[in-house]
Amino acid sequence: MTAPLLSCRGLTRRFGGVLALDGLDLDVEPGSVLGLIGPNGSGKTTFFNVLTGLFPANAGESRFAGQPITSWRPQAVYRIGIARTFQRSRMCLPLSIFDNLMVGNHLHLDHGLWFNLVRRRALRRQVEECYQAARDLLRIFDPPLADRMMEPASRIPMIDRRRVEVCRALISRPKLLLLDEPSAGMTHEETLRLMDDILQVQQQLGGLTIILIEHEMSVIERVTRRCVVLNYGRKIAEGTYSEVSGDPQVRQAYLGLE
Amino acid sequence: MRSRGAAVALTAAVTAFVWGLLRAESQSAIAALLALAVAAGFVLLKTRWLDPLAGAALANERFAQGLAVASVAALALVLRDDDFALLLVTRVLIVIVACLGLNVQFGYAGVVNFAGASFFGVGGYTAAVLARATGLPHVLILLAGGVTAALTGTVLLLPILRTRGHYAALITIAFALLFRTFLEVNDALGGPQGLKLGEMRIGPIRFNDPVGIGPFEGSFYLKYVAVALILLALAFALVLRLERSWIGLALDAVRIDEIAAASFGLDVARWKIAAFTIGNFVIGVAGALSAFMIGFIAPNNYTFAESLIFVSVLLLGGIGNPWGLSLAAAIVILVPEKLQVIQEYRFLMFATLVVLVLLFRPVGLLPRPLRRLVERSP
Repeated sequence: MTAPLLSCRGLTRRFGGVLALDGLDLDVEPGSVLGLIGPNGSGKTTFFNVLTGLFPANAGESRFAGQPITSWRPQAVYRIGIARTFQRSRMCLPLSIFDNLMVGNHLHLDHGLWFNLVRRRALRRQVEECYQAARDLLRIFDPPLADRMMEPASRIPMIDRRRVEVCRALISRPKLLLLDEPSAGMTHEETLRLMDDILQVQQQLGGLTIILIEHEMSVIERVTRRCVVLNYGRKIAEGTYSEVSGDPQVRQAYLGLE
Repeated sequence: MRSRGAAVALTAAVTAFVWGLLRAESQSAIAALLALAVAAGFVLLKTRWLDPLAGAALANERFAQGLAVASVAALALVLRDDDFALLLVTRVLIVIVACLGLNVQFGYAGVVNFAGASFFGVGGYTAAVLARATGLPHVLILLAGGVTAALTGTVLLLPILRTRGHYAALITIAFALLFRTFLEVNDALGGPQGLKLGEMRIGPIRFNDPVGIGPFEGSFYLKYVAVALILLALAFALVLRLERSWIGLALDAVRIDEIAAASFGLDVARWKIAAFTIGNFVIGVAGALSAFMIGFIAPNNYTFAESLIFVSVLLLGGIGNPWGLSLAAAIVILVPEKLQVIQEYRFLMFATLVVLVLLFRPVGLLPRPLRRLVERSP
């Protein structure tokens, strides 16, 4: 077995008296797609928030490519190669689509005062390179959208916003992509199309690892080889989709006592 | 070419209007001119011509900038011996510069600053103290005013970074009140009586002598108009370039969604500090020039109410749009000065105006356009 890209041991996060994340152990192999499922409030998004440093962990540790990253600042977690999307769309709506994508490309842009204010020719070259890169990426998802990059993000429909958000996370070429319920606000068909596009990009980039939070079980079944089921912040099952979906504990968590 | 001709004609008309307003003496004439302006503005809004007009100006930005400078220069030359009118023109230019600084803080990074007049005052007092106590060249003193304002701002950094929204606003309000009290009780700074500044000099130019080049003669205020116009051009270029760069993008991302920005590796605190400091520097330089022009400064010039005027200029003009706030600054400064009936009620007028704008055109007179990172979009 190859060494896991991400490895968490005993990850715990408390909110007052509530244990949102209770000693979670989790390994993700490089290049794989891991599904993270569980009822509402089971700690899936909290896991993302703790992993990306938005909330510090109360106990436990997480390692990324062998390096301990527990409770790093969000900026540092991003720099090491973990990018995410949000459950509730967090686009910068007043800005153009291109601007939104460039927010994700932050680390590769030159932010020097002299460069930005005085060396406008060099800045212009960088902008044009970025424009091309953003266009190429967006084209994989939706060619017409790639021609609308200079329009305000507020003007495009939900599925395109999701696409832009995924591209915003992908443009910095992360090693691990965290997708927090990309289907929220979209139809079933739209979700499947978006996931197909993401898998296509995963193959093109080669070696991109994905953790996917999703409520649409058909999506989980189709794109993940392994799933982890959470309930009350604890891991209650792990395995292929057919394994976990047959698990009595999982059925109980989703459907209540039979 | 035809559109350029139309733009020249339009600018000439606006310039002539401002000239008329500045020269008008009788209150009824002034009221009639203002009614005309309100009617014209109303027609522009109702016919939806304002936005395409602004768009056309943006598409030929260099030309529009040239026209604006030419218009101010022409206005100053026509008014050459009218001290009071020239003083007003300079005051508008200086307020625009200060509001450009505030715009970087509030409009781009979303850092509220209700102490704009205080930082304006820091610049002014720095200029007064340095001009009295040292022999520094006055251009350097203008810069020093900006630097001192930026440094004074660091006092507020920690509380501003730890608070958001209303709370951050309260901190700056508290600073504005404290600053005035500090000036009033501080005898070294002249206490409530304030300080007098000597004559401003840049190289061989003495600013208090009237202008006389051959047969041309004019008020000494013409020199201040020129300096303020140069300062404004520099500040305008700074703010436009800042907005159309990766820095502007980072500031916008921080303003719109701090959590998302942090998740994409942006250092939120760093960008807020950068915007607050750059903004205070610009406000401070404007304050220093203003102090030289008035020749006398006192705590009463830098009240919280003055800060509110700066903020209302931003709200009125369109947050984040340098052109919009320039227009708004002209309205907010000129109207109460000329229409003396409302002089006493000017804060009532601003309040009403801001409420009307927020109700009927919440984006401001000239809303901010989408960013164009390079001069032409690719």
